[in-house]
Amino acid sequence: MSTSHNNIDLSLEIWRQKNSRTLGDFETYQLQSISTDMSFLEMLDVLNEKLTREGKEPVAFDHDCREGICGTCGAVVNGIAHGPEPETTLCQLHMRHFDSGDTIVIEPFRSRAFPVQKDLIVDRGALDRVIQAGGYVSVNTGGTPDGNAIPIPSPTAELAMDAASCIGCGACVASCPNGSAMLFTGAKISQFSLLPQGQPERKERALAMVKAMDKEGFGNCTNERECEAVCPKGISIRNIARMNREFVKASFF
Amino acid sequence: MQLNANIPDGPLAEKWDNHRFASKLVNPANRRKYKIIVVGTGLAGASASATLAEQGYNVSTFCIQDSPRRAHSIAAQGGINAAKNYQNDGDSIMRLFYDTIKGGDFRSREANVYRLAQVSNNIIDQCVAQGVPFAREYGGTLANRSFGGAQVSRTFYARGQTGQQLLLGAYSALSRQIKTGKVTMHTRQEMMELVLVDGKARGIITRNIITGELEKHAADAVILATGGYGNAYYLSTNAMASNVTAAWRAHKKGAGFANPCFVQIHPTCIPVHGDYQSKLTLMSESLRNDGRVWVPKKPGDTRKPVSIPEEDRDYYLENKYPSFGNLVPRDVASRNAKEQCDAGKGVGNTHLAVYLDFSEAIRRDGQETILKKYGNLFQMYEKITDSNPLHEPMMIYPAVHYTMGGLWVDYNLMTNIDGLFAIGECNFSDHGANRLGASALMQGLADGYFIVGTSVANYLGSSDHTQVTTEDSEFKTAEEDVKNRLAKLLQASTARDEDKVTVDEIHKELGLLLWDNCGMARNREGLEKALQELPAIQDKFWNNVYIPGTGEELNQSLERAGRLADFLEFAEIMIRDALEREESCGCHLREESQTEENEAKRDDENFSFVSVWEHKGSGETPTLHKEALHFENVTPSQRSYK
Repeated sequence: MSTSHNNIDLSLEIWRQKNSRTLGDFETYQLQSISTDMSFLEMLDVLNEKLTREGKEPVAFDHDCREGICGTCGAVVNGIAHGPEPETTLCQLHMRHFDSGDTIVIEPFRSRAFPVQKDLIVDRGALDRVIQAGGYVSVNTGGTPDGNAIPIPSPTAELAMDAASCIGCGACVASCPNGSAMLFTGAKISQFSLLPQGQPERKERALAMVKAMDKEGFGNCTNERECEAVCPKGISIRNIARMNREFVKASFF
Repeated sequence: MQLNANIPDGPLAEKWDNHRFASKLVNPANRRKYKIIVVGTGLAGASASATLAEQGYNVSTFCIQDSPRRAHSIAAQGGINAAKNYQNDGDSIMRLFYDTIKGGDFRSREANVYRLAQVSNNIIDQCVAQGVPFAREYGGTLANRSFGGAQVSRTFYARGQTGQQLLLGAYSALSRQIKTGKVTMHTRQEMMELVLVDGKARGIITRNIITGELEKHAADAVILATGGYGNAYYLSTNAMASNVTAAWRAHKKGAGFANPCFVQIHPTCIPVHGDYQSKLTLMSESLRNDGRVWVPKKPGDTRKPVSIPEEDRDYYLENKYPSFGNLVPRDVASRNAKEQCDAGKGVGNTHLAVYLDFSEAIRRDGQETILKKYGNLFQMYEKITDSNPLHEPMMIYPAVHYTMGGLWVDYNLMTNIDGLFAIGECNFSDHGANRLGASALMQGLADGYFIVGTSVANYLGSSDHTQVTTEDSEFKTAEEDVKNRLAKLLQASTARDEDKVTVDEIHKELGLLLWDNCGMARNREGLEKALQELPAIQDKFWNNVYIPGTGEELNQSLERAGRLADFLEFAEIMIRDALEREESCGCHLREESQTEENEAKRDDENFSFVSVWEHKGSGETPTLHKEALHFENVTPSQRSYK
């Protein structure tokens, strides 16, 4: 709907890999007349329709809500997870940020803990298992006190909400040179350590989630801040610092 | 088809208590002997899985996404209603009940809606206890806002991400049960078929999306929490993978499908901008509090909006509805936008948009005030459209958003197939012909946390259960059916190369047919035409569609084709249902049923019922059954916004 309807021509270099057991490689595709009003994923749709009509196999990529909240989509675009726009998921990146004649390199989120399943699709199940280790408050359904029985200062609730905004896309892991999931894990540990509901299990949670993170093959944090730079929800690395404090306190006190 | 709603006896306010007392229970020590299948991990599915596992049942949960946290409940923005009356502004369970049933234009059951209002309060307590970071007042109490024109502040919210936070709450409860081993989580598994043994739901056939392998799963009860069917229209605000397949499979095995024509079309979405478009994005309807809706008076006026002088603008909502103006309900706003565009006054490249103009509000209140209220929405709009609403009016157009129809269920949320339950958006139960803002989240969690557990116990406690295994012939037959269906989809198209079409091309064709003829406004002629044109699209799909790859691998084209095949069949009962319902009500206008002022006219005398469709076999005309609605506590009234 922008008043300028520009069309651009692109050269795409996309990682193609049949499945987790075979080796992959880049393939080059040319696309003409891509409207700059398209989202990045709509551009990939156009490529896939073209490939299908040519009798070739379309590029497999993960996506679902296409409004930046489900965390399903993601790829490394020209070396940056989710592409060049700050705080933007791949589905919300639009082609107006590219120029005609550009070459765009598209790779899956690579990390030891995220095996490639096909083309741009990776297995992020490791993140679920980190949550299963302790990313919850152990309450059963029913028998909970009235909502207002636990007063929480508004600034505390807002801080917890900042951490809870994580969409679990895994961009932080993909962009970390160590393949660390500390931004993801730190955000969840922070949310609960800030809130009164999280206090009873505070220590066990920090220990268990950090242990699970290590077990899944995620690396450590060396303060590169790459994770924060690519996070589509702007999650701050303060959450990593908070996680470290929680872990130390739980380990020694 | 036997349709007994099983509404408990007694006064409205006591029905749920009476029912729980009358329901059978399963002894805690015996619960571990039962296995329950839950399909879907949105608010309803995740909360049901966690709750049943906590109670001691063995639960097998399935989702098509890579993680249970991705379900489309996550995208809900606005909030969740509850009758807490924390604001002391006159709210009550009775008032939430009344608003919800009136909002649904008196096409839902009193008893179900009342129960929903009752358990709404428990939901808030539950979510707070889980650590959901709801917005708070400075004193530490929960904050509320008024939403969707409600006269009380009863909506709880977590910024504009309420659905995300509630879903992550349910996901965390589910994760805890996965850890304990009570829930076995199957991600990237798509339900392809329901398995009945002796007429009871006893299992499902799934396809592993990564490997293509088919799997058989047996259980003592099956719960579908598989969401709505808005993607039948191709373009909607739903997630790309949202589909009708699980519900449609159940329907073809005998489950009644209720009110399929009840679809909510939301007035404030970012318009379609090209034929490559894959989805529509919702903009909060709060924008209409300050934005003025208009179109040029002269059809085909291509001047830029700022160059169109006041006298050449038609503020059609303000002119037509002086007392409500731009704040008319969703259905009225949607219909009028369509009318203007049909009359050639639509704006933008596609002429399928109307202006939503903030210039007067900015002059009146100042840029800062307006940005404070809508800054994040303006940003989101600009990100997608590259246009700044501070300088030029937004363009909006209605889009398919939510489906009130779904599998028919009784008061227990059980379909007419024994042991098959449907919860959340995939059932029809609580929203009548129109859903109020902030009540989808409420219903999903009410069903999952607080209702279906009672129903499952009652069912298991009162029925004889034979042991079944996946080696039984019913499972093998069902698996064979799925195999054949997949093979049929994959068989090489015999069409000439130039006639070959892709899955999405057919889906767009179906979407357009439904949008044009079975959308906001319908008439007999259009619906009959759609019914006639549908078989040609179905034939084209089965003869000309080209699906690359094989069934034994990750094949996204095949996944989409399977879902589209079901949408193509399902579309028939949508159209038939719209054809049979010769009244205007809730979200849709039946053009033949209008008041003298050209407003929607409901016909309680002839249409105060739930329509329930029965599948009679491929190629056979489906049969319509009617569940009459009785109103003992409220009096249906006609809406007016003039």
